[in-house]
Amino acid sequence: MRITLNGQTREIEADPDKPLLWILRDDLGLVGTKYGCGQALCGACTVHVDGQAVRACQTSIGDVIDRAVVTIEGAFGRVAEVVEASWTKLDVPQCGYCQPGQVMAAIGLLNTNRKPSDAEIDDAMSGNLCRCNTYQRIRAAIHEAARVLGA
Amino acid sequence: MDHSSLATLDRDLRTSRRSFLIGAAVFGSCLVVGFSAEAEVSQVAAKPGDNPFVGYVQIAPDDSVTIYSSQMDMGQGIYHGIATLVQEELDADWSKISVVGGFGNVALYGNLLLGGVVQMTGGSSGTASSWLRYRQAGATARAMLIAAAAESWSVPAGEIKTENGFVSHPSGKSARYGALAARAASGQVPGKVGLKEPKDWKYIGNQTLPRYDSRPKSEGRQQYTIDLHERGMLTAVMIHPPLFGATLRSFEASKAKAMKGVVDVVATPRGVAVVATGMWEAIKAREVVTVEWDDEKAEKRSSSEIADEYRAAADKHGEVVASNVGDVDTAFANAPKLIEARYEFPYLAHASLEPTNAAARMNPDGTLEVWGGHQMPDLYQTVAAKVAGITPDKVILRVMKTGGGFGRRASVDSDVIVEAVATAKAIGWKAPVKVQWTREDDMRAGRYRPAFMHKMRAALDGSGNLLALRDTLVGQSISRGTVMEAALIKNGVDLLSVEGMANQPYAIPNVRVELTTTNSPVPVLWWRAVGSTHTAYALEAFMDEIAHAAGKDPVEFRLALLKDKPRHAAVLRLAAEKAGWGTPAPAGRFRGVAVAESFHSYVAQVAEISVNKSGLPRVHRVVCAIDCGVAVNPDQVRAQMEGGIGFGLGAILKSRITLDKGRIVEGNFDGYDVLRINEMPSVEVHIVKSSAPPTGVGEPGVPPIGPAVANAMFNATGKRIRILPFGDSEKS
Ligand code: FES
Ligand code: FES
Repeated sequence: MRITLNGQTREIEADPDKPLLWILRDDLGLVGTKYGCGQALCGACTVHVDGQAVRACQTSIGDVIDRAVVTIEGAFGRVAEVVEASWTKLDVPQCGYCQPGQVMAAIGLLNTNRKPSDAEIDDAMSGNLCRCNTYQRIRAAIHEAARVLGA
Repeated sequence: MDHSSLATLDRDLRTSRRSFLIGAAVFGSCLVVGFSAEAEVSQVAAKPGDNPFVGYVQIAPDDSVTIYSSQMDMGQGIYHGIATLVQEELDADWSKISVVGGFGNVALYGNLLLGGVVQMTGGSSGTASSWLRYRQAGATARAMLIAAAAESWSVPAGEIKTENGFVSHPSGKSARYGALAARAASGQVPGKVGLKEPKDWKYIGNQTLPRYDSRPKSEGRQQYTIDLHERGMLTAVMIHPPLFGATLRSFEASKAKAMKGVVDVVATPRGVAVVATGMWEAIKAREVVTVEWDDEKAEKRSSSEIADEYRAAADKHGEVVASNVGDVDTAFANAPKLIEARYEFPYLAHASLEPTNAAARMNPDGTLEVWGGHQMPDLYQTVAAKVAGITPDKVILRVMKTGGGFGRRASVDSDVIVEAVATAKAIGWKAPVKVQWTREDDMRAGRYRPAFMHKMRAALDGSGNLLALRDTLVGQSISRGTVMEAALIKNGVDLLSVEGMANQPYAIPNVRVELTTTNSPVPVLWWRAVGSTHTAYALEAFMDEIAHAAGKDPVEFRLALLKDKPRHAAVLRLAAEKAGWGTPAPAGRFRGVAVAESFHSYVAQVAEISVNKSGLPRVHRVVCAIDCGVAVNPDQVRAQMEGGIGFGLGAILKSRITLDKGRIVEGNFDGYDVLRINEMPSVEVHIVKSSAPPTGVGEPGVPPIGPAVANAMFNATGKRIRILPFGDSEKS
């Protein structure tokens, strides 16, 4: 199976049912994408497929043949840089475990909406749990990123 | 807590080093009730002469500074706090600082709030324990760097300055720390090194010091136990007993063993481990293993039966008395006005986002490496050695940062450590093994905040003065039957069950707190803020009921009873003032207030809510005031208050662990719901300026939020919420 992963073409040999999450983590060593629930309930495994934020735990490798997968390790470009910089500037992370997923979800949001309102942030981000409850800073960091991107 | 039992506890801690080696290791995310941080620290830490370059600070030739932390970081930011303390005195280049976990040397790493006899993270004691120790380490290291420079430049040490990782002399000479480190480290350790005066602090109390690990965590570069892929490392998933208290009889795994990627299926003391090349392979194989359990002694009741039993017990006198002031019975017999209410709290899961895990590898030289969230390293080292059949000095702990913790990583039976070591051993040590629980395992294999009930009673006189207060608590003991029993259970009272209630702060002439401890194989544990997660709710919600019955303003009512408690009163006043208490709330909004001390920090919160269509609160704003002594990192104090408020709020609104004939119903975040971003209130934190030694912030943000929201709900609806979570109260 051929996929484009972080800009590079990769041949993957695996059971097509195997979740993308475990292909990334166990087979390819890309461990920035986290496991939190395995049931698309927490958002820790959020990656982009063809630019859309999806849950890697409920996406099988067979589903992404010939598609472009981007993980936190391959999140480059202006929006990604600005989001990660805003996260750092506001000291968003506590344990940090949910943050790759949060950052990928936020990049996905800002890619399509350069100035999200609070309600739009809630909509886009309410599937991303943070057990440290850094939500107030996540919200602030998305607004900060939008401000920088708009400037 | 009465003082004599604390004194005994204190003495036990100091004298029985041996029984305590394991016993004390177990203080969890808890307690430390009544330990005086100041006294402990000054007696134990004031022994100069330790070479800071051994065990605390390492400076490499490339100027990178590695600090060895006695405290484990589960997200609460203690690594950042300890780095701040070292840096304040060391003057290194902040951008070159990193922190890792130290272990295996109680003289260096023993928790000073536990008498220095055991290393552990808990009781929100990390900053207090580190306060003198790590500043001294930084100051001594700096003095030794200066001495090394003075010697090589042949100038008086007094003329040398340090800044940003450089040593310099007015003559123009200068050198990087990295260039001097080796020489400094082997130099003479000065006997006594002075610490900076508070007015000279550059980093402590600095509002803008960036957290040193924010960038890697924002870029997905932080490594956790789940991320380990050491050469040849296998992944194991567990099959735990489906009922608590059941034990393994036999299992059949031939089908599983034939599956691709499966290495072995083995028995461990805690269940069956399915070992495979990767997580998915292990999960798939687990589905076809069949296991027989002996469940004769297992818990088979449902939550509703347990609740009935607890209610019956709460209506009676408790088995033991935890505190007794005045004459409660006479006061109740004569009082014109009585109020009573029962509060019910469910089991709660920690549900850290990184599910529980650990990894183990036997090395060719006979050392055993164990990776994990080593919150109680002394205990884990001992237990890992025992399981492996080696001596503890052969166990190397790799202290990983964890994806949350909230108390779960301080496990009194070292559960997942046992599983990892036992599994690696069962496959003949042929490969390193990582045991990784799935979310469902994490939810269903325990441990939980114990379910509790409080039957509260109050007696008032004709003018609304509070004459007497009685509480009967019913619930499981965290300490009973564990190695910390001797230290934490006094006269039949587990201090962790009653903290926050037995030492309630209000000046009430007659108070009696009674406790009935229940028994069940359901494994319980400290859960962020421990006893205060239920005692503060029961007390502060009930105080609100009493104030209402007395026809008094809840803030004024409390303040009148807090005359001898200036720190409680100060945070309560501050939160009330900043929240606009006494002025009308915005249209459709209602306020509620609560105050609680836990872990020597004082927190008051005012919640502002509206009520949504399903009759549940939407919390818009929380104003939080905290007195935690010196705020070493004010922004991290804020972060912990924000996080604690969200953590507590999610639990009281939505979270519950339910037993159905002994089985845990909730398996994932669909059944066990927690707070989401759309439910997060805007939190404002006000920190009381203080020169008192620092106290904890990891847990104290949690206790007041539940009762503050419950009290706001009463103002909105006239209904008291006495069954948690709120959603269940609505149904009942
Ligand atoms: S692990 Fe995929 S959403 Fe939780
Ligand atoms: S920062 Fe810990 S789960 Fe989000």
